[in-house]
Amino acid sequence: MEMINLTIDGQKVQVPEGTTVLEAARKAGIDIPTLCYLKDINKIGACRVCLVEIEKTRGLQPSCTYPVSEGMHVKTNTPLIREARKAVVELILSNHPMECLTCNRNRNCELQALSKQLGITDIRFQGENTTFPMDFSSAAVERIPDKCILCRRCVAVCGKAQGIGILGATERGFKSIVAPAFHRPLAEVNCVLCGQCINVCPVGALREKSHVQKVWDAIANPDKVVFVQTAPAVRAALGEEFGLPIGTIVTKKMVAAIRRLGIDKVFDTDFTADLTIMEEGSELVQRIKNGGKLPLITSCSPGWVKYCEHHAPEFLENMSTAKSPQQMFGALVKTYGAEKYGIDPARIFSVSVMPCTAKKFEAERPEMKASGFTDVDAVLTTRELASMIKEAGIDFAALPDEEYDDPMGMSTGAGLIFGVTGGVMEAALRTVYELVTGEHLEKIDFVAVRGLKGVKEATIELPPVGTVRVAVAHGLGNAKKLLDKVKAGEQYHFIEIMACPGGCINGGGQPIVSSAERMRLQEDYRAMRAKAIYQEDKGMIMRKSHENPAIIKIYEEFLLKPLGEKSHHLLHTHYQPRVKYRALANQEECKE
Amino acid sequence: MSCQCHGSTGEENEKFKVIDRIIEAHKGQEGALIPVLHQAQEVIGYLPEDVQAYIAEKLGIPLSEVYGVVSFYTLFSTEPKGKHVISVCLGTACYVKGSGNILAEFEKTLGVKVGGTTKDGMFTLEACRCLGACGLAPVLTVDGDVHGRLVTKDVAEIINKYKTGN
Repeated sequence: MEMINLTIDGQKVQVPEGTTVLEAARKAGIDIPTLCYLKDINKIGACRVCLVEIEKTRGLQPSCTYPVSEGMHVKTNTPLIREARKAVVELILSNHPMECLTCNRNRNCELQALSKQLGITDIRFQGENTTFPMDFSSAAVERIPDKCILCRRCVAVCGKAQGIGILGATERGFKSIVAPAFHRPLAEVNCVLCGQCINVCPVGALREKSHVQKVWDAIANPDKVVFVQTAPAVRAALGEEFGLPIGTIVTKKMVAAIRRLGIDKVFDTDFTADLTIMEEGSELVQRIKNGGKLPLITSCSPGWVKYCEHHAPEFLENMSTAKSPQQMFGALVKTYGAEKYGIDPARIFSVSVMPCTAKKFEAERPEMKASGFTDVDAVLTTRELASMIKEAGIDFAALPDEEYDDPMGMSTGAGLIFGVTGGVMEAALRTVYELVTGEHLEKIDFVAVRGLKGVKEATIELPPVGTVRVAVAHGLGNAKKLLDKVKAGEQYHFIEIMACPGGCINGGGQPIVSSAERMRLQEDYRAMRAKAIYQEDKGMIMRKSHENPAIIKIYEEFLLKPLGEKSHHLLHTHYQPRVKYRALANQEECKE
Repeated sequence: MSCQCHGSTGEENEKFKVIDRIIEAHKGQEGALIPVLHQAQEVIGYLPEDVQAYIAEKLGIPLSEVYGVVSFYTLFSTEPKGKHVISVCLGTACYVKGSGNILAEFEKTLGVKVGGTTKDGMFTLEACRCLGACGLAPVLTVDGDVHGRLVTKDVAEIINKYKTGN
């Protein structure tokens, strides 16, 4: 690739052709302020905050979209630039509700940070503020459009990365707002509630539906016993909320912190991840042997499940009937768990901590009452758990290391890697190989299904079944590409799909990584979180689900066997098609 | 068995067949959305939600993108229009020359707000951006015909002309 030489603020910089001025400046150690820009996601030059002076061009240019050229002279810090940037942000602020004190993004807001960075101390422009109705309709994602600054990052992530396009820019001028078509509430459209829009929003215009108060109330209620499960990916990111570097695993401090909130027992979703492998792995073997519907597709990701219902109902029969680890846990904690601890299941309040927003929707599905009660009563995101720990005044870094409670806190490395793209596939292969061949698996790292490549494929020899072809997709845009391949006749036995790019470690409920931080990091933050999970897996004594003693025991004394009658009742479910566009619902019925 | 579902009358099906033909003519073209919307509105009269959703599905783009375009351009309408469409220019030159008063006079005489349609379905009143006929300011169009250098007393006359068809 050709290298380009340019000068930025008097410094000579050499960068590859096609680099933008913004990226070149970063290389020279100059952080140009941005707002609508988000690395790898949104590069549209809409907000005009990143303006710079480029010699021999008229006026100021947006550095996020301006490509470098040979001999270019750039200035990033002149009186003209400072005045222009300030004016741009002041104009945005003139139509922004100044609710920083009560906003859930207080001290974690890019507009707030920018306003401080640019030294804005008063608002010169007082104008009329536009107001729009808030949308609290869905089970997981809430919209507060008055706070929207029209940066369109959510539009980009929803339309491009996820390939869905629920959110779009509507109307024009002062009436312009990012919203679903026809301003429909999120609960009435084909949104899968993955929450990726929340993770990219620079302000507080998008957020999860909070279950924090529900959980505090249950803790304070003497009639309730509160049991918590924590998903694999939470431990790989929670530390970021307390200033620890990205990629720090905080499992044992997290357990300690949750106990100190007043929770009675802390269990691990990794336990039911292991159980999912037993059920789903058995289902795969059964489908291959009995000529069942293939490829079998994983159903752990509720964003993917809802996507399939709205956008690809022709694949619902391929979907594994095994419930997600969250829901298996919920069904067991009020049956097996209640029995174990001798507690009336009506008294159990079951809380899950998830890296995910769609899990809130999943917990509220009417079919998720297998225990005879609501299986999961409240779902907290990683961010919400962090906010509770902060509210309780717990000094996270100073906490001692503590272990999960038995027996539903016992798990393996296989359960842990569920938190990253390719992990469910790898965990399944570790177990299915040994169950089918009866041989000991020496090399248990299936590196072909790891990493951030959009669609990954692998082939495994599985005597006596034969050659098994598998594929993994993460991010729904990639999922669509993989499903299109299947439709075109490509043959696979087993497919793993996770709705979020990178898998659960980058779920819609995870700590928000700001645009500035994404710019500064040498590595993709998703890869850093994934690396932490794989390291932890490597250090574990048990790394195969079927070797988990607590799993062996639950089959001996409660479930009896995978795909047995009790499993069928508690651990399996079915999904139904949902319409994509309600306005065409009648038409779709017509076709049937 | 014939179709038993509600809402999909023969007329409705005919509407979607028309859109199918329009889309077929633009198949594979980049930037097909705006011409498709144009022609669909010409035939159907306006662009309701089901029409936009159908176009989104057929062109393989999200409904939010279609709605974004429809709601951006004043030319597109999501509501049925009256027999005659009056568009009063509120561009700078017309506005300075008093087109705001002309628009207010229409609102008063027709008994509708801007964007609305009279109860008898005869007139839709709209405001539009610069028509490029500033020399005739203040200016308006009725069904595409230009009327310029207007004063408020012309309003009743224009309404009467189109009502009676003279």
